[in-house]
Amino acid sequence: MERVYRTHILVCAGTGCVSAGSLKVRDALVREIEKHGLEEEVMVATTGCNGFCAAGPIAVVHPDGIFYKRLNVEDVPYFVEELLVKGRVVEKHLFAEEERNELIPVMNDIGFFKNQVLVALKNRALIDPDVIDEYIGRDGYVATSRALTEMSPGAIVEEIQKSGLRGRGGGGFSTGLKWKFCMETKGDVKYILCNADEGDPGAFMDRYILESDPHAVLEGMIIGGKAIGANKGYIYVRAEYPLAIQRLNTAIAQAREYGLLGENILGSGFDFDIELYYGAGAFVCGEETALMQSIEGKRGMPRPRPPFPAQKGLWGKPTVLNNVETYANVPQIILRGSAWFSSLGTETSKGTKVFALTGDVNNIGLIEVPMGITLRKIVYDIGGGIKNNRELKAIQIGGPSGGCLPASIIDTPVDYESIIKTGAIVGSGGMVVMDDSNCMVDIARFFLEFTAEESCGKCTPCRVGTRILLEKLKDITEGRGKDGDIEILETISRNIISSSLCGLGQTAPNPVLTTIRYFRHEYEAHIYDKKCPAGKCKALISYIIDPEKCTGCMLCKRNCPQECITGEKKTPHVIDQTLCIRCGLCYESCRFNAIRVE
Amino acid sequence: MAKLTIEDLKKIRQQAQGTVTMREGSHRAKITVHMGTCGIAAGARKIMDAFLAEVSRSGGTDVVLTTSGCAGLCSREPMATVEIRGSAPVKYIDLDEAKVKKIFEDHVLKEKPVTEYALVQGSETTY
Repeated sequence: MERVYRTHILVCAGTGCVSAGSLKVRDALVREIEKHGLEEEVMVATTGCNGFCAAGPIAVVHPDGIFYKRLNVEDVPYFVEELLVKGRVVEKHLFAEEERNELIPVMNDIGFFKNQVLVALKNRALIDPDVIDEYIGRDGYVATSRALTEMSPGAIVEEIQKSGLRGRGGGGFSTGLKWKFCMETKGDVKYILCNADEGDPGAFMDRYILESDPHAVLEGMIIGGKAIGANKGYIYVRAEYPLAIQRLNTAIAQAREYGLLGENILGSGFDFDIELYYGAGAFVCGEETALMQSIEGKRGMPRPRPPFPAQKGLWGKPTVLNNVETYANVPQIILRGSAWFSSLGTETSKGTKVFALTGDVNNIGLIEVPMGITLRKIVYDIGGGIKNNRELKAIQIGGPSGGCLPASIIDTPVDYESIIKTGAIVGSGGMVVMDDSNCMVDIARFFLEFTAEESCGKCTPCRVGTRILLEKLKDITEGRGKDGDIEILETISRNIISSSLCGLGQTAPNPVLTTIRYFRHEYEAHIYDKKCPAGKCKALISYIIDPEKCTGCMLCKRNCPQECITGEKKTPHVIDQTLCIRCGLCYESCRFNAIRVE
Repeated sequence: MAKLTIEDLKKIRQQAQGTVTMREGSHRAKITVHMGTCGIAAGARKIMDAFLAEVSRSGGTDVVLTTSGCAGLCSREPMATVEIRGSAPVKYIDLDEAKVKKIFEDHVLKEKPVTEYALVQGSETTY
């Protein structure tokens, strides 16, 4: 019989909260609780990421599920005194929504959490990822036991196919169909691979799934192994994810100890084991054939398909590769049935999708939403709107393979088909919200800088084409844009898309094409008027002091690193434009709103 | 640790149910011991310990035990509130360990309130 506790304090130990100091808070809580002699009745545990990273370090207190934000070591004695000795809700650390201007104690009443639907993240913040028994307590490994002892490979594949699950890594290919192809290929040795080589800037979905619920991914792979007839799996995980790797290693060791990995799992006669392979951080290795080359010890470069991996994959053997989030969905589908899963989402996009919501929204973090939810609901109901009361300008979805969607199409539902129509892709789940201070040409330049750097160099259109795009975009943002540049960008983009071998090149021009499609006027302003409407591109702006508003306080003069501001005390100052480097320090320091950007 | 069978898996799942119930909020019964200054002074700690022991002993995984502040009736402490899902909460007053045992057995387990120890059924209206 396990011990009964009156209170569980679940401290978030996702990477976000850990870097904000959550483990120190946990240690302080444990010490303080011992000081009060309450260790027998209060449990302090760590869980994976809650998703609400902006509010970290986070703790959720059960029963009642009270959500506490921004904890710190100094407040721990007060926190323990109030919460555990006096039995009160600690208001100081409750969450408040700005517009409602009231404290919201219960986790599931907070807009950020209330509007989410958890499938892949169902265990987040509810279990300690390092304790396999807690995972089992929430129906863990039931799906595995069912798949291994009651279902034939064909039945598993059929269930996954019927559920409508599609690849969550970006492609959106039917998972069931992929498994079916591999199941039908003859071969003694087959492999099941998990793609945890998450590379999009600002995206951390897979990282947090691995950190908060590693066993769900292992289960998905075991079930996949049984379905296609593989006895060996590899997780290709980025070496830059130390916490995810550590938790995966712990999870694999525990699963082996319980015989949930290894020979004759649960007495079913099925053998399966999983190994980690550390990726060195090349973006192209997220592409399936490049990833397999990398595991084989070769340079990570894509190869032409066919043959598809389902016929000839890793070491020439039939192979299935799925993304972390895809696997995390699998046990839920086996457990609750394909009909349940396909009841979530839209006609063609079933289930939920995890997004890393970031940028200029109030609530930054990791969210899981049903397919078909509108961008508006994500930005305003979950994201809590735009920071500092600014205007929404664009939403970048799909990372360097995706596109920038303007505020005017914010009612677009998020599903594979609707998003493709806009010129972006759902992608692996990066979602960057941008306010009106962002320059769209500059954003396109940023992403092209990334893809030009990460192009593996195999296909000339991608290797050279992304460079040309980047140079053109640099010219435009630095004031050297010429008539006809937009058309050149469009032509080269189309050529890269049509003649690159892999997804990297086929999608790399998307940020350029979508920004031209929705923000052409900004390109034109840069090229013809030599102006940056957002005031971002340094070569195209100048800081000007309004003599009417300037009080001559001399603050900007003191801050200017170029010493190019002149003027006597109490008389209007002037910026020497020939020396100014447009660092913006004067603009930020002025207290009288007397400096404007032109 | 030997390799698990499907039966072992079920056993582990059963054992972890208490933890799961607590965190999911899916409990059948909830006991709240009022631990304001008055409650503590009147011996609420002993009541708390007694309930904890009862919950552990019963092995039930659908009961959660928690604490709150003063219920407002300091002269009748120690107090506790028992809530069975779907019925009105019942407040018990002037508790001691023997009463705790009976309340736990009758009300928490068999869902029959112990009227002779009860102050009132229901809660104040809150705005």
